[in-house]
Parts: sequence; structure tokens; C-alpha cells
Amino acid sequence: MARRHSVGELSYVLVIGLLALVALVVLVGPILIVLATSFTDSRSIRFPPQGFSFRWYELLLDEVRSRQIHRAAGNTLHVALIAAGSATLLGTLAALGLSRVAGKAGRMMDGFFMSPLVLPGLAFGLAALMYFTLLGFRPSLELIIAGHLVVVTPFILRTVGASLSQLDPALLDASRSLGAGPVHTFRRVTLPLIAPGIAAGAFLAFMASVDNVPVSLFLSSARTDMLPIRMWGMMESTLDVRVAAVSGTLILVAFVLMLVMERLTGLTRRMRG
Amino acid sequence: MAGAAAMPVARAPGAGSPWALALPLGLAYAAFFVAPLFMLIAVSFYADERMTRFGLDQWQRFLFDPFHWKVIGDTLLLGLKAVAATVLLGFPLALVYRAASPAWQRVLLFIVVMPLLTSVVVRTFAWIVILGREGVVNKLVLDLGLAAEPLRLLQTELGLVISLTQIEMPLLLLPLLSVMARIDPNLMDASASLGASPWRTLFRVILPLAAPGLAAGCVLVFASATTAFISQSVIGGGRLVYLPAMIWQQAMIAAHWPFAATIAIALLVSVSAVLAVIAYVGRVAAGRAG
Repeated sequence: MARRHSVGELSYVLVIGLLALVALVVLVGPILIVLATSFTDSRSIRFPPQGFSFRWYELLLDEVRSRQIHRAAGNTLHVALIAAGSATLLGTLAALGLSRVAGKAGRMMDGFFMSPLVLPGLAFGLAALMYFTLLGFRPSLELIIAGHLVVVTPFILRTVGASLSQLDPALLDASRSLGAGPVHTFRRVTLPLIAPGIAAGAFLAFMASVDNVPVSLFLSSARTDMLPIRMWGMMESTLDVRVAAVSGTLILVAFVLMLVMERLTGLTRRMRG
Repeated sequence: MAGAAAMPVARAPGAGSPWALALPLGLAYAAFFVAPLFMLIAVSFYADERMTRFGLDQWQRFLFDPFHWKVIGDTLLLGLKAVAATVLLGFPLALVYRAASPAWQRVLLFIVVMPLLTSVVVRTFAWIVILGREGVVNKLVLDLGLAAEPLRLLQTELGLVISLTQIEMPLLLLPLLSVMARIDPNLMDASASLGASPWRTLFRVILPLAAPGLAAGCVLVFASATTAFISQSVIGGGRLVYLPAMIWQQAMIAAHWPFAATIAIALLVSVSAVLAVIAYVGRVAAGRAG
């Protein structure tokens, strides 16, 4: 450590430190700016916001004038709960199965189940629209749920798979040698140990469904409007300041849910993997 | 099933063979994922927009028009620019994360995950507020006297790449932080005590070890940036044409499904090809370290 203050060392700390700082500002800044903008008193979106008021939140809560937004939010919540719920059930079962399959077949199946994560979502959204329409289905929330089920399942497989791989086989052996059957062992040993992984996966799947654009873009209709699509419409036409209020609400809800899930499941560690 | 029979019974977490447990999800994927994709391929082989007869017309129309090749190129290039920008900022942040104390690591991880759980549409909206005529950047530029007129940042590719950098960076960071946390700190000390500068240690020790996570992150960023329709259309505007906007336009405005399907398959194939290259480069880089 004799050459502690060499040029190389100094330039490394400066360059890396500066870029990392920019990265942090770029990551967090926009979210704080949206949050600040949503409390503006003015009719246009500018920064810094002019005055402080809750007027856009009040307008957002107005049942008559924000009816479309309310319906879209209701649909989004409905779809996310059912899609994430079914994905959690099917995904956990599949992860339990695949964790016991060694070798190439298991890896291939895992890759197949994970592929919606990297497949261009827009191509899948269009494919789902054509498929359901040509089969004779009319637009409905059930079809959106089916589409979301596919794109949110990888989050469950990843977190539950990670929990299962950390499971100590000795615990299962101990349970069996004490006379417990496989079902009993599963309910009393495996399930409690992987429960945080299941919960973290269910939460991520829920958020992914709420956030989904590519599938909802093609499968939603006037009656089955979804929140991100409605927000897109509000941004494309006249830049409605209520978008800021919706964004502010979503940011705060995500923040609170994230703190809760961090407490309950150690969410961020699981996401890092 | 032979594989199931060979497994020790004690490891079985439940009843039934492993494949039976994966069957319900497999059926759901078959009905809602594989079948639609086959339908997409089939529709692209309809010759006319009313879908009355089969033919290669849409494929000829797509492949023999240089404009479409330009759009493919622009789309892939946009993805690569997003990857380059996220790596330029994200990798240094990952290096800081590696060196940070456990308490700071938790804070940094929270900061990385928070934007990821905030809707993509919200993040896109944020950049309209920042890059717009009356936005944050122009306010700064005008106040500091750097320009007399507001800069035009929305509806430019530069603005779009800047926005995608923030929108996609968490996707790069999650797998990257994961490998960074597993790198043995003793390797860094060893490298330094052998006289290597921090830069040399970065490129010769850390980078090869982080390659698998870096490649996984780049795959996610590229896949997401190339299909980010709302960010592309709201921030990029109508003059910048990428494949997602063409798909949307053909499917929902022109109601020409066969052509929309053809473009969607072009997106699927071209993006997958680049993803395969990124994954391959990642494996080669990681292999050189081992």
C-alpha cells in the first residue's frame, strides 16, 4: 500500500465515484421530481412546481370527473390480484417440481418458463390479441388475466426457485427419519421455509401485472381499460396534470408496499438473488 | 418416470412426480403462450389483410423494402445505446456497491429496486417533466445562460436514450449486484499487492468475474428497451420510428394483422439474435477468467 496516492488510484476513485453519483441521481431524481410536481397548484406541468396544493389529488378522487381513471384502476387491481394469485399457485408447484429434476431437461424447462421475461412483450401481446380474437373471444378482463399470468410467472419461479435451492436437505431427511410422511414434511418443513420466497414472488408478480403495458396495450378495450394504458392516453393528448397525481399515488403505494415486504420477506435481497 | 424413480424419496417435498407438479403451469403456457405465438406465425402467412388466402406477400413486402431494414437497425441500435448508457453509469455504481459496508449496501439496493417497482409509465412521465420545454433541464440551462432558447430534448433520440437509461438501469443492476456481492475481496487485495493499479484490477479481475451478471443485465436491458413502446412513442415522438410503433400502427390503426404479425416476428427474431450474441460474449468473457 505504499503507492496509495498514485495517479491511477486517484483517477479511479474520481471517475468511478463521479459516474456512480450520476447513476444515483439519475435513478432517484425523476421519482422525486414527479412527486414534487404532483402537488403543484398550476394548470400546467413545470418544474419547480408553482405553489403547493392537493387540487390534482382532489380532482383525481372526484368520482364523476375521474370516473374513467377509477374504472381503469379497479380493472388493474382486479387483474393483478387474480393473475398474481394464479401465477403464485402454478409457479410454486412448477418450481417445486423443477427443483427435483436434475440435468438438462430441468434446465431447458426452466428456460422455457422464464422466457417471457426476455421475449419482446409487444410481440406476445399482439399474438395474444390475434389468438383470442380468432378463437372467437370478445375483449374481457379474463383474457387480460390469462396474458398477464404468462408474463408475471417468471418472478415467482425465480424467487421460489432460489428459496428451494437454499433449503437444507438434512432438514427434510430429519423430518422423514422422525416418521413424517412427504405431505407432512412439505407442510411443516418445506412450506414454512420457502414461504418468504413465495410471498416476495407474489408481490413482484402483482407489481409486474399492475405495471404491464405490452399485453394490456393489445388486450384492453374501452370497457376493460387498464391504468397504464389510460395514463398513456392522458399523456399523449393534452398533458393532463392528473397524470402527476396518479403517478404520485403509485409512487407512494409502491414505496409503502416495498417497506412492508422488505420487513416481511427481505424483498430486496431476494430480488438481487 | 425414470428420473423420478432415481431420486431419493426423502427429498420429495410433496406427492407425485416432479413433472406432474410442473404440468399445470406447462398447460397454462401451452394455451396462453405457445399457442398464441404459433398463431402469430400463422397470421403472418396470410396474403391479404382480410385474411382470405395464404401467401408470402407480407414477408416479401417487409423484407424487400429498405425502409423496414432501417427501422430494424434503428430499433436494435436504440437497444444497444440503452445498454451502453446503463453500463456506463450502472457498472461504476455496482463497483461502489461492492466496496460499501453492509448497511450502505442495503440502502443502495433499496434505491435500485425502488424505481423498478414504480410503473414504467410513471418513469416515462417523469422524463417528460424533466426534458420538456418548461422542464427541469431547460430551466437550468436558461437560468445559467447556457442557451437563449429552450433546448429541444423531447422527440429526439438523445432524450429517449437518456430516459431509457433511468428506466432500464435497475434491470442491469439487479443481476450485476448479485455477482458483485459474491466476488472474493481477497482477490482485489491480492491484485493490489502484486502492484496492479485499480484500473488494471478492474479490467483484469473484477470485469471477468462480473461478466455473467453483466451479460444477464445487458440481456434484460436490451430486451426491455427494444420493446418499450410507450417510452419510445411518448418521449421519442412520431418522427422516430421503431418496430414497436410499426406493430402498433399496423395492428390497431391500419387493422392489417398479417403485416403486423410479420413485423412482430421480425422484432422477435432480431432481438433474440442480439440477445444470443450478448449471452455468448458473456460466457466467453467469464470463461477467460476461469
